[in-house]
Amino acid sequence: MRDRITLQVARYRPEQESEITFDEHEVPCPKDWVVLDGLNHIKDRIDGTLSYRWSCRMGICGSCGMTVNGEPKLTCATFLADYAPGPLRVEPLRNFPVIRDLIVDIGDFMRKLVRVKPWIVRQVEKPLSEGEYLQTPEELDEYKHYSMCINCMLCYSACPIYGLDSKFIGPAAIALAQRYNFDNRDHGAAERMDVLSEHEGIWGCTFVGECTKVCPKHVDPAGAIQRYKLTAAMESMKSFFLPRGA
Amino acid sequence: MASTQVYTDYHPRWLRRQVSTYWWLEKWAYFAFILREMTCLFVAWFVVYLLLLVGAVAGGAESYQRLLDWSASPWVLTLNAATFLFMIYHAVTFFVAAPQALVVHVGRRPVPARLVLAGHYVAWAAASALVAWIVLRA
Amino acid sequence: MTPTHDVVMVGGGGAGLRAAIAIAETNPRLTIAVVSKVYPMRSHTVSAEGGAAGVIAPDDSLDEHAYDTISGGDWLCDQDAVEAFVKEAPQELLRLEHWGCPWSRQIDGRIAVRPFGGMKKQRTWFAADKTGFHMLHTLFQTSLKFTSVVRYDEWFVTRLLVGDGRVQGVVAFDLKSGKIEAITARAVILCTGGLGRVFPFTTNASIKSGDGMALAFRAGAPLKDMEFVQYHPTGLPFTGILITEAARAEGGYLINKDGYRYLQDYNLGKPHPEPVLRSMELGPRDRLSQAFMKEMEKGRTIETPYGHVVHLDLRHLGARKIDAKIPFVRELCMKYQNLDPVKDLIPVRPVVHYMMGGVHTDINGATPLPGLYAAGEAACVSINGANRLGSNSLPELLVFGARAGRAAAEYASRGLEIDSRIFAQKTDEHRRIEHDLLNKQGGERLADLRDEMQKTMEASAGIYRNGESLIQGVEKMRRLQERFAHLAIEDHSKTFNTERVAALELGFMLDVAEAMLSAAARREESRGAHQRTDFPMRDDQRFLAHSLAYRTSEGSTRIEYLPVMITRWPPAERVYGEAAAHAGSHHLAGSAVSS
Repeated sequence: MRDRITLQVARYRPEQESEITFDEHEVPCPKDWVVLDGLNHIKDRIDGTLSYRWSCRMGICGSCGMTVNGEPKLTCATFLADYAPGPLRVEPLRNFPVIRDLIVDIGDFMRKLVRVKPWIVRQVEKPLSEGEYLQTPEELDEYKHYSMCINCMLCYSACPIYGLDSKFIGPAAIALAQRYNFDNRDHGAAERMDVLSEHEGIWGCTFVGECTKVCPKHVDPAGAIQRYKLTAAMESMKSFFLPRGA
Repeated sequence: MASTQVYTDYHPRWLRRQVSTYWWLEKWAYFAFILREMTCLFVAWFVVYLLLLVGAVAGGAESYQRLLDWSASPWVLTLNAATFLFMIYHAVTFFVAAPQALVVHVGRRPVPARLVLAGHYVAWAAASALVAWIVLRA
Repeated sequence: MTPTHDVVMVGGGGAGLRAAIAIAETNPRLTIAVVSKVYPMRSHTVSAEGGAAGVIAPDDSLDEHAYDTISGGDWLCDQDAVEAFVKEAPQELLRLEHWGCPWSRQIDGRIAVRPFGGMKKQRTWFAADKTGFHMLHTLFQTSLKFTSVVRYDEWFVTRLLVGDGRVQGVVAFDLKSGKIEAITARAVILCTGGLGRVFPFTTNASIKSGDGMALAFRAGAPLKDMEFVQYHPTGLPFTGILITEAARAEGGYLINKDGYRYLQDYNLGKPHPEPVLRSMELGPRDRLSQAFMKEMEKGRTIETPYGHVVHLDLRHLGARKIDAKIPFVRELCMKYQNLDPVKDLIPVRPVVHYMMGGVHTDINGATPLPGLYAAGEAACVSINGANRLGSNSLPELLVFGARAGRAAAEYASRGLEIDSRIFAQKTDEHRRIEHDLLNKQGGERLADLRDEMQKTMEASAGIYRNGESLIQGVEKMRRLQERFAHLAIEDHSKTFNTERVAALELGFMLDVAEAMLSAAARREESRGAHQRTDFPMRDDQRFLAHSLAYRTSEGSTRIEYLPVMITRWPPAERVYGEAAAHAGSHHLAGSAVSS
């Protein structure tokens, strides 16, 4: 009967152990249960010590990213029935330090996010009395998909460069920088260029492309990075051939 | 793989896992990426071979014939056949990736990705046709 | 060296971040801390879909928005607060646009608005179908600009520090390490959201456990209007995922087990093939939820492993229209519950969605306890009264987040000193959450206790209530609290102990649940979302007032009443369906309509 599935769940208990171990549990898997429901079943009914993050259960908060059978996934959007009878292996997201069980530290991303100045930068602000900045639907489309990032970190987990060199600024940070660069209300592209053009900025990326593949919100961070490489290259050439401006 | 310090109260002891040297064997997508990057070696060989060809032609009919004979030897043939396949792989992966990197606008509208991709193939076909015409008309 | 700041925000969602930015902008010398049990971008604001109301159309007016809000709230709204709210809402939404919020636009580039249930004019601003997500991320990313805002990400607040008759900070622990700190402050703003998780069927995320309300309640501040819980009529039964009103606005039908559009039996107009504003499937949320309960009583709902449901039928719209107009509905159903609205009937039932009640505040977010403020869903000003209109809660975060921020900043700049005696409270708290909590001997599972609490709430304080079941509910809740006092948890670690967090949250929920049941038992009338089968009429004589729930020294709840502030709109009847079309404009309606 394919209505039960075996879950192999990674555990890390830093106060007692120094390695990851695996617990195995059998859980029900009705058609509408996702991996998160399986974890909740274990925590509620079998072993209350299992720790993991989750919140919205609908793929918008970005909390529940984990490695499922080797792939970074949102566990609220991955159906158990697709893997029954298993075993299905659930581990913490790769490329991040593990704090406990399935929980990783994303502090590195939070620090990198600030560095790319993810806010509207303008020399002159319009007073509220003058109403909104005009932005046509086409202008909105220019950056809309980059604004869909839920900060779930699946892209960092899939990126082999970030795995090998954690100084790489990473896909989501660059995509969010581009979200503002392409927003017609923003004038901060020049301010972001220094951080993005660093050695560990966009130039760390070798266009493996896995980040875009695993992104649950179709942000296309790989595209954002390659487009910026062109932008940055053009800027370098311009400043080389026209040192005092056009 | 393991964390090293002893746990003390209220001090987190995080586990930092090392990425294996063979990370590129873990997933088909990673392996395909490494193959793509390796094509640069074959591109380098092709450049060298072209230079040899040019040098041989410049040296006269005899040196050209010697190069052709040498090229017929099994290992050169195999190498060149492999080079040909990898060059196609290089071109195709480059073209497939191009629309992600190259977002062009005509006026206010972005050119659809399919057209950017098609443009690359058209340019490739045109360049190949031109080279073929130059070579075959002799 | 104990951490100290001028103002501490508990909760980093829409209200908390807006308050932080308000203080950072108006008073850059003040130090600000945002203490949140999750990273701010995970806050539940992120899941709001529909939109945010603000008057900008030339044919619209502040008075109309105010009237829609007040009549929708069944006249329990404080009208001075509503007047301030409708005036500041468009300004706040515009300010957010200047900060980069990607509002959807008209072709010429100006902000677009769309219709929304309960609003007679189109005034709902929206950012595709992810308004809350975009608002939250805009606020969070903008807040990164301000170096005076210090964040305590994944710190769980367990208690307010109260000394000298005022709030002087919080006790919180860092989830990552388990370290417990007293974070002292001159002012504290509670922005912790609602409490949907006290009920079994809710759209709310797992983090909505009424933390801030319980903190205030335990510190002596009253909770207002706790009996008013809003249900959204169409949520998926298992996940609680909301099927937005847009699905009905595009023409979906609600049908019972016989395939019959049952809403026509409940004074909500006549069924037409096309949707009609404010009638049938586009009637007000509370009336739709009530109709479901009545169908369930008559045995005409469908039974599933997850409880009773009715069906939302979108199949007649066709794949093309669904993918064009409501693609996110299809996406949500397929991605998170494995069903396809093009081919399948969607099982739906009323799910708890929003808490009108909360920490009692004045029009500036100040509670009666000096130094304590509240904003957002955690607070009750009240602008939502007995029933909130859709698309009012997002601008509420901004308007009252900013007001509470400014008020707290003004209070904090008076420079009151921290009383060192409050540190004894931290020592107490340290013992409670580290020693006591981990040394219980009980045999129950936390999840079982939580399930029982939820079932009790659903049975006693569901859509229809009566005096007897409410009083029994209060008794049951007291017994659950006793059982909770002996609850043992398995996880004794300090590092990211989520079971301990769940236990503390359950403690919070049991406290606010009791307040809700007590307030509901005392309100002997039916108004808005609070419907009593034993008192089916509205009673303005006795109950045109807010309930205030205070915790007594014995640990039970005392209810007092505070009259509603009426300025320009005297109470009238709420009317919908054809009667609404005849009722005309803002004044007294002709034909009365009851449930």
